[in-house]
Amino acid sequence: MAVSPLLTILIIGAGTYLFRLSFIGILGDRTVPAWAVPPLRYVAPAVLAAIVAPAVLLSDGSIDVSPASNPEFLAAVLAGVVTWRLKNVIWALVVGMIALWILQWLS
Amino acid sequence: MTTEGSLRSTALRDGFWSAAPLLVGVVPFGLITGVAAAGSVIGAGLAWSTSFIIFAGAAQLATLDLFDAGAVSVVIIATGLIINSRHLMYSAALAPAFREFPASWRSLLPYILTDQAYAITITPYNDEPDPVYRRWFFLGGAASFWLTWQITTAVGAVFGAVIPGAWGFTFAIPLMFLALLIPTLRNRPALVAAIVGGGVAVLAASAPYRSGLIIGAVAGVVAGVAADRWWR
Repeated sequence: MAVSPLLTILIIGAGTYLFRLSFIGILGDRTVPAWAVPPLRYVAPAVLAAIVAPAVLLSDGSIDVSPASNPEFLAAVLAGVVTWRLKNVIWALVVGMIALWILQWLS
Repeated sequence: MTTEGSLRSTALRDGFWSAAPLLVGVVPFGLITGVAAAGSVIGAGLAWSTSFIIFAGAAQLATLDLFDAGAVSVVIIATGLIINSRHLMYSAALAPAFREFPASWRSLLPYILTDQAYAITITPYNDEPDPVYRRWFFLGGAASFWLTWQITTAVGAVFGAVIPGAWGFTFAIPLMFLALLIPTLRNRPALVAAIVGGGVAVLAASAPYRSGLIIGAVAGVVAGVAADRWWR
């Protein structure tokens, strides 16, 4: 089934709006069913890690942690540690980019 | 100015100033999302339109990434909706505070509900009895995020094309997700969800139809729920 990019975006947009509207505008007084609370609680860490890990661990399709051939991995580890210690998300960007540039320059 | 008028402007202003510290973090995120849109295979304009059609940074970046990878639309839609399902939780948590609002407010305000808008409203709402103040406060805060997002993603989309590829700014996208991930690792089940989600996504990276993210996400959620049961 071929769906155009615009329609794909519109469907995601409509679904996202319905999620946001759900309890505020439609379901009113009802609360989230008890069975749904734990899964929803772990969506954010699971999804975000599923995006980050392949992006920083894989280089040309295989796992690569060498700072010489895949500097993104070490740069991401440094950025993650600094962000966790300093509790400020802006550091992920600053530390990660600077670490990447230094590692690229060294190798 | 009437008393109600000044209450509105006070509430709008309070909302804006609650949002201000978080706006600082929204700016680079918006610029990066805009830069990603600039290089998108679906065209910069259509890619940027996700800013007001979807209006959720993580889902927008994942969607654009999947378009670039040539994923089928069913996978793109499923991925976008899984990422945004967290808004169900925000909607449920805010519903009691929105109950007394007029129906038009209850149908329009959710469009500008974001992680950040949720974060700044959930606490003050517990202490604020006046529903008029509450809805204008939410509008002041949430609309600041909306406006900042539209502007910064547009700026990124316009100037993204001229940033040299050698600067490695594509790496800013996983860094942005990393910055969102770290604060979610508040307890052991969340850490388990992230480790399993990330690990499975790496192993499933070459899965058909670019479904690795979905497989990893579902595995991570299942592991998180199991860990939650184990430790409670």
